[in-house]
Amino acid sequence: MRSVTIVGIGKTPFGAFPDRDLRSLALEAGRKCMKNGHMQPEQVEAFYLGNFAGPAFAGQNHLAPYISSALGMAGIPSTRFEAACASGGSAFFHAYHAVASGVFDVVMVAGVEKMTSQPTARVSEILAGAGDCSGEMRAGSTFASLFAMIARRHMYQFGTTREHLAAVAVKNHANGVLNPDAHMRKQVTMEQVLAGRPIAEPLTLYDCSLISDGAAAVLLAPAERAAEFTEKPVRVLACAQASDYVALEQKPDITTFPAVRRAAQKAYAAAGLQASDINVAELHDCFTIAEIIALEDLGFAARGAGGPYTASGQTALTGERPVNTSGGLKAKGHPVGATGVAQICDLSIQLRCEAGERQVQRASVGLAQNLGGSGATCVVTILGVV
Amino acid sequence: MSEITGTVYTETVVHAAPEPFVNEAPYQTAIVELDSGGRVTGRIAGERVAIDDRVVQVETRGGIPFFRRMA
Repeated sequence: MRSVTIVGIGKTPFGAFPDRDLRSLALEAGRKCMKNGHMQPEQVEAFYLGNFAGPAFAGQNHLAPYISSALGMAGIPSTRFEAACASGGSAFFHAYHAVASGVFDVVMVAGVEKMTSQPTARVSEILAGAGDCSGEMRAGSTFASLFAMIARRHMYQFGTTREHLAAVAVKNHANGVLNPDAHMRKQVTMEQVLAGRPIAEPLTLYDCSLISDGAAAVLLAPAERAAEFTEKPVRVLACAQASDYVALEQKPDITTFPAVRRAAQKAYAAAGLQASDINVAELHDCFTIAEIIALEDLGFAARGAGGPYTASGQTALTGERPVNTSGGLKAKGHPVGATGVAQICDLSIQLRCEAGERQVQRASVGLAQNLGGSGATCVVTILGVV
Repeated sequence: MSEITGTVYTETVVHAAPEPFVNEAPYQTAIVELDSGGRVTGRIAGERVAIDDRVVQVETRGGIPFFRRMA
């Protein structure tokens, strides 16, 4: 396997854009990415697209050639990857391995989702398609309710408190204020989170990530060719994907995600690193409890200690290991298929020291964790400064 | 026929329901650890339940088991 670098990044702002369709979002991200990587469309050899539910949200299928041809890349292999909320991460995983193994030199990975044209109850129904539709979802579950059941069990087993969950939202909103591309640039207080409208008990509105429109893209090239495209390449030190049961009831212990642990173990081993080497991370905070469990499954906090670790401030911008400096899915927004690719962009921005007010000092090794459904897919990527 | 009984493994009360269930909200769902083995996701009928509560299945509606707290 040869060394792979990120040589271009591009994102749209995340938000609710009633005048924008799915393709225009993907084109904006793709064009910004090519400009950033000083790349012409004819230099790109393959196109990997993360998208969860374009057909349901936007009525459009066959999305990968639909977008790559509009970007001027007609002719190259173009494939859509669907892995629920890990669709973007999964597209990146496959693209990375194609370049690392020498199948292609230069590839583009993009992610896109256009969600806000549907009412919230319909969005919940579409997202529910990532669960077990012959079981848990038929009982009236939503993803919020599945994560609420996870939170209840985590609180029961480890003494995690309502305030621990809220601390994740307060922190990520504070970071989102500093990100000009974030969907919600608004501080929230602990009191606001606790008093929020109930969504699925014990989770309130402020424990849930946002329904957003947006797109993100990155260009990958072998390390030996990086200088052709950029002065600031970011090295992909490892990328691993793992899977688990789709239905929550099939998991022996719902307070931990085996797919996250498996992907993390593989990624740490491939990079020759351990959790303590990571100094900045973008984690999949689809719900506040998900960030707490991710801290534990990735080895940043001991089992059951993710809540107190967050409350201690160690994951804040000024803490020992800042998490979700972009604002995370919570405040930056969560256009499902774009999220995994946007995490890679946001980590690259930190490693390139381009994060402005939210820049982390000594950011040299970053980790992105992208989770699908209630943990049936996970992609863990580790990036480093070249 | 013997009763289907079990213990609540986890639960939540859904307030923001997906489209097909909007008119039923709020409602409680739970993962129940069945005495006969395995777990199932179902709905709670009647009084609300908490983790470790004992429940009995009272009916099946649309393929989904409904449980009630045992006295």
